[in-house]
Amino acid sequence: MIRLEPRPQSSALWTYASPMLAIVITIALGILIFMALDKDPARALQMFFWEPLKSKYAVGEIMIKATPLLLIALGLSVCFRSNVWNIGAEGQFVIGAVCAGSVALMADKSTGLWIVPALMLAGVLGGMFWAGITALLRDRFNANEILVSLMLVYVATMVLSFLVHGPLKDPGGFNFPQSKTFEAITRIPRLMSGSRANIGVPIALICAVLLWIYLFRTRAGFAQQVGGLAPAAARYAGFSSRRALWVALLISGGAAGLAGALEVAGPIGQLTPYVPAGYGFAAIIVAFVGRLHPVGMVLSAVLMSMFYIGGELAQSRMGLPRSITGVFQGLLLFCLLACDTLVTYRLRWIRKGAG
Amino acid sequence: METYALLLAATLNAGTVLALAGLGLLINEKSGVVNLGAEGMMLCAAIAGFAAVVYTGSDLFGFLAGMGAGMLMAALFGVLVIWLGTNQYATGLALSLFGLGFSAFLGVPYTQEKLPERIGYSWPILGDIPWIGPALFQHHPVVYLAIAVAFALIWFLDKSRTGLVLRAVGESPQSAHALGYPVRSIRLLAVLAGGALCGLAGAYLSVIYTPLWVEGMVAGRGWIALALTTFATWRPARVLLGAYLFGGLTMLQFHLQSSGVQVPSEFLTALPYLATIVVLVLISRNPTWIRVNMPASLGKPFHPG
Repeated sequence: MIRLEPRPQSSALWTYASPMLAIVITIALGILIFMALDKDPARALQMFFWEPLKSKYAVGEIMIKATPLLLIALGLSVCFRSNVWNIGAEGQFVIGAVCAGSVALMADKSTGLWIVPALMLAGVLGGMFWAGITALLRDRFNANEILVSLMLVYVATMVLSFLVHGPLKDPGGFNFPQSKTFEAITRIPRLMSGSRANIGVPIALICAVLLWIYLFRTRAGFAQQVGGLAPAAARYAGFSSRRALWVALLISGGAAGLAGALEVAGPIGQLTPYVPAGYGFAAIIVAFVGRLHPVGMVLSAVLMSMFYIGGELAQSRMGLPRSITGVFQGLLLFCLLACDTLVTYRLRWIRKGAG
Repeated sequence: METYALLLAATLNAGTVLALAGLGLLINEKSGVVNLGAEGMMLCAAIAGFAAVVYTGSDLFGFLAGMGAGMLMAALFGVLVIWLGTNQYATGLALSLFGLGFSAFLGVPYTQEKLPERIGYSWPILGDIPWIGPALFQHHPVVYLAIAVAFALIWFLDKSRTGLVLRAVGESPQSAHALGYPVRSIRLLAVLAGGALCGLAGAYLSVIYTPLWVEGMVAGRGWIALALTTFATWRPARVLLGAYLFGGLTMLQFHLQSSGVQVPSEFLTALPYLATIVVLVLISRNPTWIRVNMPASLGKPFHPG
């Protein structure tokens, strides 16, 4: 018989080994799913873990999908570390994209390159505004941030839908619900030719470094997290929980908004109803699998991005439904949560009759 | 006049989905466990129920399949949260994300599928009364089942001994444990009951209400049902009432759209979500209201010994 026994101290080894084990179990379950679907598991794994690394273009695609995931996850990690449950990053992403897109649509032939930082700023502010609604309602009225932030995702999608069906619809677009294609000058500059990766990639990595400094090398960052670990200690130390709430939501909203700006002015290039692609939800998994640590989240964002690209390849080349990506993402989070038990508990084999 | 009867009928119909899920989550939360996976359970139940009806042609099997799917997912959640002590919010969220992906994955072959002809229901005599008949007495049996569940729950929680034990587990798991009640098993049963009712709600949605399978068709109803338990300050009758109010709001939106009111349709679609936020704010601004009625151990893990 196996019994779970609490560890006197949480295991440092398993803190890092647990995500690895979770990934291994997810892949094992994936192989079973492929076999159940009568598809060659080796070929399927190749779609997920080899094809996306094969060429410069493919690696660029990984980076372009990992960027929004990483940016959003970085922001969410501040929330989760301070025990603020913002699960509406998808909405903040959409509003960021809407604001950035509106700025991009103002550009004409004579606009200078300043439009790029301007639209990114608009995205950040838009995302902060949207997350700020949740912060305000939580702070002033004690409304549950999980439900409010999530409801605002649906509202944000409707705002986008309204704009592309109405005020921002391309007059010459044959009545399709989408805006004009943005002027070339507004495009987020690419890093190199032959790949779609743009300067969003280094921006996200810089954000990861800044977050690391903030979390582990500043007093403000420390104060921010104490409330999540030990609310009583935070109160005693005089760290304001209201401040922590606002900071967490504004940082994560801003990060998600920036991701939305980079997405809409990068790979998409216009406002369409297809801007929300689920990055805001997938980033929750990225944040947890990355242990809410900047370095870990860089790695998990790349992994999650490979899930996306692998899912697309598996659809086009093996006829598997694309939604298999969502299945794997959910499985991964489940496995992680289960494996995390090993951080605080250990397994003990007990012979029957003993104890 | 006739339109209002139909509007009322549609309200009851739409509210039933929310009522069933909300009542299930209420049992769940009375035991001290929050399951944010309602949306995922409802989605998987919706596709399971739909597929079962496609294969067997029987609505009853559809409901049973939906309940089974909901309970299976709830069991997974329950074991993780109650025995392995994982974070309730994160695990529920995982259930919702997984359910979204998994239901879409399973549902691919069913997106074009149609169900056999839906039968109309009518009470003998009562169903023939003008106005009142079409409004109240021509519904699917599950609509009345939801009402029955609400009243059964009122009795169960307030009057029965088992209900008292359930509440004790939610209020103070330590005391219940000290009295010798198996806190974990009771919590698991409550979570399973929640899964079953959310599953029934999901199956009702895809088999009777729509009746179609569309990816992501639950469209936030699971989350609204979660909010309902808070609105209702954990009282079954108020959950039922709240569910009908929100059902009415959905119907009002269609009614306004078809009557040609000059409001962007997106605003009307967003109305239930906005209303959820508004009601949440109105209820939550009075912290004592919430605190008096909320199960004291809600969201907190329990380790015996």
